[in-house]
Amino acid sequence: MFKQFKTFAHGCSFAALLTIAAAGAPGSAGAETVLRIAMTAADIPRTLGQPDQGFEGNRFTGLTMYDALTLWDLSSATKASTVIPGLATEWAVNADDKTKWTFKLRPGVTFHDGSPFNADAVVWNVDKVLRQDAPQYDASQVGVTASRMPTLKSARKIDDLTVELTTKEPDSFLPINLTNLFMASPAKWQKLFDAAQGADAKAKAAAAWDGFSRDASGTGPWKMARFVPRERLELVKNESYWDKARVPHVDRMVLLPVPEANARTAALLSGQVDWIEAPAPDAVAQIKQRGFVIQANEQPHVWPWQFSRVEGSPWNDIRVRKAANLCIDRDGMKDGLLGGLMAPATGTVEPGHPWRGNPTFQIKYDLKAGQALMKEAGFGPDKKLKVKVQTSASGSGQMLPLPMNEYLQQALSECYFDVQLDVIEWNTLFTNWRRGAKDPSANGANAINVTYAAMDPFFAMVRFLQSGMAPPVSNNWGYINNPKFDELVAKARQTFEPEARDRALAELHAASVDDADFLYVAHDVGPRALSPKIKNFVQPKSWFVDFSPVTLQ
Amino acid sequence: MLAYISRRIVYVIPIVISVALVCFLLVHLAPGDPLVAVLPADASQELAAQLRAAYGFDRPLPVQFGLWVWKALHGDLGTSIATGRPVLSEVMRAVGNTIMLALAAALIGFTLGLAFGLLAGYFRGRWIDRLATAVAVAGVSVPHYWLGIVLVIVFSVQLNWLPAVGAGPGGSSDWAWDWTHLQFLVLPALTTAAIPMGIVTRTVRALTGDILSQDFVEALRAKGLRETGVFRHVLRNAAPTAMAVMGLQLGYMLGGSILIETVFSWPGTGLLLNSAIFQRDLPLLQGTILVLALFFVFLNLLVDIAQASIDPRIKRS
Repeated sequence: MFKQFKTFAHGCSFAALLTIAAAGAPGSAGAETVLRIAMTAADIPRTLGQPDQGFEGNRFTGLTMYDALTLWDLSSATKASTVIPGLATEWAVNADDKTKWTFKLRPGVTFHDGSPFNADAVVWNVDKVLRQDAPQYDASQVGVTASRMPTLKSARKIDDLTVELTTKEPDSFLPINLTNLFMASPAKWQKLFDAAQGADAKAKAAAAWDGFSRDASGTGPWKMARFVPRERLELVKNESYWDKARVPHVDRMVLLPVPEANARTAALLSGQVDWIEAPAPDAVAQIKQRGFVIQANEQPHVWPWQFSRVEGSPWNDIRVRKAANLCIDRDGMKDGLLGGLMAPATGTVEPGHPWRGNPTFQIKYDLKAGQALMKEAGFGPDKKLKVKVQTSASGSGQMLPLPMNEYLQQALSECYFDVQLDVIEWNTLFTNWRRGAKDPSANGANAINVTYAAMDPFFAMVRFLQSGMAPPVSNNWGYINNPKFDELVAKARQTFEPEARDRALAELHAASVDDADFLYVAHDVGPRALSPKIKNFVQPKSWFVDFSPVTLQ
Repeated sequence: MLAYISRRIVYVIPIVISVALVCFLLVHLAPGDPLVAVLPADASQELAAQLRAAYGFDRPLPVQFGLWVWKALHGDLGTSIATGRPVLSEVMRAVGNTIMLALAAALIGFTLGLAFGLLAGYFRGRWIDRLATAVAVAGVSVPHYWLGIVLVIVFSVQLNWLPAVGAGPGGSSDWAWDWTHLQFLVLPALTTAAIPMGIVTRTVRALTGDILSQDFVEALRAKGLRETGVFRHVLRNAAPTAMAVMGLQLGYMLGGSILIETVFSWPGTGLLLNSAIFQRDLPLLQGTILVLALFFVFLNLLVDIAQASIDPRIKRS
């Protein structure tokens, strides 16, 4: 409370103090190398182990300060990022009971506070989001975690370096899902809990998590050094990081939330920061002209229209779905509207990805073929097909939703579609997405435009294609009910050898492309603009990046 | 005077209750899920219900309102859904930053507005009047986010004289009264000052012309009072109105300009509101609106009392 009023008093005393303000010498960073980054987030993503603000949160306050049992390989700009050992060195599913997994933990790893990482720590971290009667259970961390590992049920210590995880059903996706469970230090939390003031254990736990968020402790390559809520987070390199190849080369990293694209661009151009996420598209030419470097790469992200397949939907005719997919000049959209900052989508994942498969339907720009399909389906210049899509004017990952949808509106009119846009607020659209096409909130729309992450099989495909994922369970908004998809989902989930699992997922992906279940339009490319003094940065095909190899010259 | 102050304070009570009710209802009646910040789109119903209960959103609206008011009366505005931090600490930190910005802007706006207004009023119809009027019109007409962007382009991007974003080299928590920190305030304060400067200029110009045409000014001059003395009388007559105008403007500025604070990433109430809306952080949104509304109400009260103390005609009326 005292701090709040101190801040308040700072403001109130301004008028008096302004007149006596004296010039002071600016501080010097000395020989320390400092990387200053402007994020798109409006606030510092949560720092207590399970970040919010989507994958930008994981990028900046998850994978920097923390590790998970499994990690993403972020070392290549050309290959799809795959899962690699993290705090677990190896794992295997039980041959007799496919709901039980054994994870061998990496020896010699310590948290930033010096306490050891071991099986107890893994159990404690699983319990923080799954066991409601655990002292460290924190509802605010559940939402961003539990849905990313939907089948994980519990954890049990076998010995100090072995832990058993149990899932509700056999689920081969678990090692991929576990990239989202970051290991926070139980010892640090307990110390804060013991010192916390509070009437009961719940209040003390809340205070402990609040304290933890301000003085975090993980095992990651970066350690928290300074945290000013909503303004900045400063991380310093962890010299004793367990992976010597990933000990950061930069001494300090400063993360600043700057939600407005033009403000970020100005901060970069004025030399206030060295790195900005998502520069303003119309400033890209100027940024390049001034010697800055634009980095971009295809991300596991899809910008689609998700079709309704409820009774009476115009999209129930596969010729219509295919026609729409053939009528979009994605390269035109990329080079014209988006200044190069997108990758044309021909599916949920693109060629080269292990889950791509071999679809027979080639998604490309073929206006004549699209028009022919529409004519075959009974439509033409004098008889246009009315379709309605619900979208938003902004939103995380939505790129430029209005101009892009207007582009589609125009393009699809050449294939005899009469597109009506139903533009609603982003959070409302997000809520409606969960409610499904049959809900009154759909407002008669037979397609919905919500972008999605495609990093793990559940997020990328299962939640949209499996019939059991229809609302209110998950995001099968359009009520797709295809026995073939259900069969392939089950097959992929129950195939535990990684390569065979990927082949099963590739079969599922190819089947969904052949069925034209979405209007696949674009993938985000995660654009960022960097100062030319930044070297050794690799932009992988991922939402995430590895800051460790980055150097400043 | 005491009776006047008491009466004005009594009037404030129903306003405060209405404000609390309206800001509670407005954010609850908006479409969408209040837990969107922490609830993923594919969350199961079980998880959604669990979190809804944990945050108390499963209770009937009147109960939620009653609890919210009761806690607010005890200085507890709840916990931000997005950050898990107490709303009061979030809001007070932002209010401190916004006050800093608003006072700097008020100082600039009032000083320039008064100067331009007096000049224009004294030299009506001359070039100096036309120039001051043009500046005033521009101040109130130009979209201030646009002005902010222009200032950033000129002074940050092109000249590299002033920082483009933020509240200080190390954030606002280590604020010091030196140029290293003050430079972060210059561009947002200038931008924020544009509107009050324009309004005060126009008001003072009109008042000055009106006062100068009144008989008592002629009388003062006839009595041989020097022009500086006349000026003091003009200033004394114009000041209460200018002050009232500035008070209202200060109220608006304390509300925080979402656009200006977003353009400059100034961590005040405007940016906080923007963030709360974007993340649909209901407790934070309610708390911020309530605190800002109360500021506005009490600032008006203070301005009324200050005006009454300067101009006895007001309390008589």
